[in-house]
Amino acid sequence: MITLTHYLTLTGILFSLGIVGVLRRKNLLMLFFSTEILLNAVNIGFAAVSKYYGDLSGQIFSFFIIAIAASEVAVGLGLLVLWYKRSGTIDLDSLQMMKG
Amino acid sequence: MFEAIAFYTFSILVIGMFGIVVFSKNALYAMSALAGGMIFISGFFFLLDADFLGVVQIVVYTGAVMALYAFGMMFFDSTRDVKENIKFKKIIYTLSVLSAIFTIFILMAPIFSTKIEAIYPTLQGVGNVQMIGLILFTKYLVPFEVAAIMLLAAMIAGIILVKVKMEETPTNIEVARGEK
Repeated sequence: MITLTHYLTLTGILFSLGIVGVLRRKNLLMLFFSTEILLNAVNIGFAAVSKYYGDLSGQIFSFFIIAIAASEVAVGLGLLVLWYKRSGTIDLDSLQMMKG
Repeated sequence: MFEAIAFYTFSILVIGMFGIVVFSKNALYAMSALAGGMIFISGFFFLLDADFLGVVQIVVYTGAVMALYAFGMMFFDSTRDVKENIKFKKIIYTLSVLSAIFTIFILMAPIFSTKIEAIYPTLQGVGNVQMIGLILFTKYLVPFEVAAIMLLAAMIAGIILVKVKMEETPTNIEVARGEK
């Protein structure tokens, strides 16, 4: 029998993977991928809570998160393309212009 | 029984796919693995009786977002690896796992401790898609419209950001050819 705890454990594992990706990768494209993983992990959690409490609000919020992820990708990739044309690299370290 | 089999199969597949995304050196492999992981995540939504969400996951994520990434990767030299020198690996892993567990715990503790009453309970005999439509276009109509405006703004921003420099590129090529 699969309970809510199973789904929340899976959400935790996927969220950890996403945060490891955000902290570990220096490739800006990989940073975007990791953000998608984070958003998807939360989506699973919302859908699971929605199922086990018989409430549809979780699914609605997942829906809005998907919409936000789509717009984030559009704007983020635009900025990334602009940055690549300006600097010729998608290394995260190239963003620290003040050498902090 | 079948639910358990499906859950564990999809869990292993999704964790494996996302593991490839996080730890792969090649951006192209990472993107393909991410697309596969998105499809497998929709399996969870179908398991959780969220049919509409599963379909939206496939259409929006694998259809639109991954296509956008594939399009964006044409601008970059994806075969060239970004040199990544990472220090303090152990600290990164410990911190990220701990912070993820704490985040989940903080968000989920109220749900576990108190018996939450459903604000919009699912009705008997009404399909998932119909129910989502009923709630989305009554209680959540204003957030829905705001999300639509946000998507429009994001579309305009994406077009303008990529377009500005695109106009200069053909002329540069022509100038370069003329000089030769």
